[in-house]
Order: sequence, then structure tokens, then C-alpha cells
Amino acid sequence: MYREKRSREFYLLAIFFAVFVLFLYGPLSAVLILSFQGPNGGLTFPLNGVSLRWFANLFETQAVGDFGGSFRRSAMLGIMVMLVTVVVSLLAGLAFRRGFIGATALFYLAVASLVVPSIIVSLGIGVLFSQLGLQPAWYSSAFGAHLTWTLPFGVLIMFAVFNRFSPAYEEAARDLGASSWQTFSNVVLPMIAPSLIGVGLFGFTLSYDEFARTLMTSGSFNTLPLEIYGMTTNVTTPVLYALGTVTTLFSFLVIAGTLGLIVHLNRRRLRS
Amino acid sequence: MATITSTDTQNAGRVSPKGFRLPLAVISYLQAIPLTLILGFFLLLPILMIAVVSFWDYDFAQMYPDFLTMNYAETLGSWVTWKTYLNTLKYAVLVWAITLVIGFWVAYFLAFHIRTTSMQMVLFLICTVPFLTSNIIRMISWIPVLGRNGLINSALVNSGAISEPVEWLLYSDFAVVLAMVHLYTLFMVTPIFNTLMRIDKSLVEAARDAGASSWQVLSNVIIPLAKPGMAIGTIFVVTLVMADFSTVQVMSGGQSASVALMMKNQMSLLQYPAAAANAVVLLVLVLLMVAGILRIVDIRKEL
Repeated sequence: MYREKRSREFYLLAIFFAVFVLFLYGPLSAVLILSFQGPNGGLTFPLNGVSLRWFANLFETQAVGDFGGSFRRSAMLGIMVMLVTVVVSLLAGLAFRRGFIGATALFYLAVASLVVPSIIVSLGIGVLFSQLGLQPAWYSSAFGAHLTWTLPFGVLIMFAVFNRFSPAYEEAARDLGASSWQTFSNVVLPMIAPSLIGVGLFGFTLSYDEFARTLMTSGSFNTLPLEIYGMTTNVTTPVLYALGTVTTLFSFLVIAGTLGLIVHLNRRRLRS
Repeated sequence: MATITSTDTQNAGRVSPKGFRLPLAVISYLQAIPLTLILGFFLLLPILMIAVVSFWDYDFAQMYPDFLTMNYAETLGSWVTWKTYLNTLKYAVLVWAITLVIGFWVAYFLAFHIRTTSMQMVLFLICTVPFLTSNIIRMISWIPVLGRNGLINSALVNSGAISEPVEWLLYSDFAVVLAMVHLYTLFMVTPIFNTLMRIDKSLVEAARDAGASSWQVLSNVIIPLAKPGMAIGTIFVVTLVMADFSTVQVMSGGQSASVALMMKNQMSLLQYPAAAANAVVLLVLVLLMVAGILRIVDIRKEL
């Protein structure tokens, strides 16, 4: 690589990048700060004192809808989607790797799942359930709707992982007498574990934040994003920001925890 | 970079002399079944259902199985529909152009100007984290910034640059496009970054040794090689904007429309067959756009 002095291009692009990061995080920090708005403060700056009033407000059912319940449903749904996404993507990745008749069709079906407008999926599943006489619910119809969004990501990531995965390791394991299950569980699985955790993170966060696909499929109980979406039209106090801060912090915690786990696994693998 | 294509590994699997209880081909099918079933039931079947329902009759409470082209005639015959489609396409083009420029330069900076891999990953993660948080929260976070008494307006008024707050910052097309760029840029950055990272650095050196200026390296070597990444990013951004209803609703304050928002309004009036006809038209349009882009790029080679 070229190691000459930093060019002017570098500094220009560095400034551009810094502005981009500011653009990404700036508005979020406005929400973060305004959620500590004083009791008489409004939706905009300036801060009218500092209080935790709006966070306390979150837990009174009168002020916002059912925050606790919708949070629990969203978290539970996210975990279900995460587990299914990881397992199904891994299986599909293995199948694609070996190849089978119809693989191309299935691959393009997965791509289609990514590009079909989310509201169409939502409408379709809603109508399908009502025609089949099934009751839509967050754990059935919304669960399936979320999978049509998370699975393509999982499948594409597994595709990329196996594209770069040398079969030499498995051949070596087989030459040493490992069975195909032993090869998979002792050789392949530990090597792709960080990617699988990444797929899990995608599955959870995409589901936890999804609402276009939940719109027609959640049944009688709202998930958290639907609750927030409803609030944007009828809540005029900073309790909206408090909710935003809490759910964003939760997302950050999930991301940080997952990244920590991936780094830990990589370190352990390098040591052994 | 040596990548192992699926055909290579397929052959590697076949030469293995070990005996299996199940033939490999059967195992492949078993492994592909869960994905097929889920996408079949929650994607294909619902879309078929929409296509069927789009021909049905309806009144204020119910739908009736029928074979009418009325829903299409009403949708396509209405001036409002065409205006809404044009408006949605306008958003798509604007957001696409802006995210492409931002996405390319961010990815280029990360791939060619950051020298260590760990620093590249840290900066890339900084860009990624906001995209893993709630879209709605990121959308409404613009309200205190852009609003009539928001940060930008009060800063401008206090500095004396303007005497009256600017009205078009929020609840306008400007706000819609800004929020969409904010929401969707990462979908452009990631695929371009991925392609740029796979460019052999010796190509750049060779171009320099041959006397190319850094601008020539960029326009004759890097940008042509980055095209597949740009194409994939385009698929993401265009389909996301075409499907968007929440950003348009919240950021335009109900003053602008998009196709998906029109659908959502029909759905809340229980006019499912009308919404279904709209859905079919939108789906055909989006799939045609994607098919057009896929003619230039083979996704499976780019992963």
C-alpha cells in the first residue's frame, strides 16, 4: 500500500465523513437530551429545566398506551425471529453450498422477499389470514411477516460466508476420520459462529424495529414500534422522546452485547 | 481474491468417499425445506392472495369473490393515482442520487484512506449502529431539529441571518427526502464498501505507476469496479423508498402522498380490493426496476 503523506483528498474526505457521522447521530442526541425536558417543557428546545418526569410518565398506563406490554411482545417476537432466522439461514446456506435443483429459484425467491414492498407483505398476510379464518396475532402472522424480512438478510450473509469458506478444513477433518456431524459441529460451526451471531443480531434488531410488516398482521395487541407510530400522531409531550431514548438505549445495549460476544469468540479462537 | 464458488464445493462434496445414511442430495433438500416453506406461506401465498383479491368486489364492510377489473380501472383511471406514482418516483430518484453520492464517498474513504483493518471496522460500525435502531425514532428525532422552533430555525433567527423562521424545513418534501436519506444511506454504503474492499490494491498502484492522476485512478479504475456495489445499493434504496409510507406521512405532515401511503389509507377504510389492485401495480413496477438492475449485476457473484 501507498504510505506517502496524507493527501488533501484525505482531509477533505475525513471532514465529509465526520459531517456524515454528525448527520447520523445529531438528531438522535437531540431526542436524548429533550427526553430530560422539565415538567413544563415542550417538544422543542430550549430545555425548560431538567427532570425525569417523562421517564416516570412512561410507566403510567394513562400517558402512553401499553408500553410495558408492547415492549415485552416486541422483545419476545424479536427473540423468536432471531432463533428461527439463525437456524433456517444456516440450513439454507448449507443447502445452497452443496447446490440442488431449484437452488436458483429459491435464491431469487429470497431476493424477492427483500424487494417486495413491506406494506404488500403486510396486506397479503392480513388478507390471507382473514380468508383462512385464522386470527392474526403477533406470534403467528406478524412472526411470519417479520421472517420474510430477516430471512433474506440471513441467507445472503450465509451465502457470503460460505463463498469465502475453504473446504480444505473439512477435508482435513474427514481425513482425520471425523464423521460428517463431527466435521460440522467441531470444525465448521466454530468457524462460522461469529457470522451466525451477526445474523442473530440482524434478526433481532430488524424484527424489534419493524412496523410496516406488523401493521396488518399484529392482531389485537400492538408491538412497540406500532405503539410509537401511533404516538407520533396524538402525543404532544416529551414522553415520546423518553420512550425513544429508552428503546434506543435498549438497541444499543443489544448491539454492544452482541459485538462483545463476537470479539470474545474471535479472541478465544485465536488463543487456542 | 480467491473465492470458492458453490460448484467447487459441490464437487468437493461429491468426491468424498465416506458413506452417509442419507444421500447428499436428499440432505440438501431437507436443509432447504424450512426456508421454502416459510417464504412459500408468508410471501408467495399472500402475494397470490392479493392478486386474487384485486379482482374482487367490496363494500364498506366486506369483500365479495368476483372477477371485476373495476379496481384496476379505478386505480389506473384516476389522475390522483398517477400523480402519486410520479411523486413516489420523484422521491426515489432524489433519494437514490443523494445516497449514491454520500454512500460512494463514505465507502471510498473507509476502503482507500483508512489504513488499518481494525480502524476500518470501527468506523464502519459507527455508521452501522444507528441503522439498527428504530426507524420511527430516527424519523421523529428530526422534529426538534427542523421544526418551526427547532434547533436550525432558532440558530438562524438568533444569529440574525433571517428574521422569520423558515417554514419549509419540516412538513415538506425537503423533510421527507432528508429523513429518507438519513434512514437509508447505509444500504448504499455497505454494498459499495464491500465491492471496494475486494478491489486489488495493486491495480491502483499499477495505474499510478503508469502515470494516472488520482482523479484518473478514481474515474477509470475504482468507479467502474464499484458499479456492482452501486447496483445492489440502488436495489435496496429504490425498493425501500418505493415502499415507504411512514416517512412520507410523518415528515410531510400529511401534505404529500406516496403509493404505499395511498394503499395504507385504503386499507384503513377497509377497501382491501382497491389496495390490492394498487399493490399489484406497485409490485410489478418494483419488480421491473429490480429486474432491470439485475441484468447489470449478478448478486451471487458479489456476495
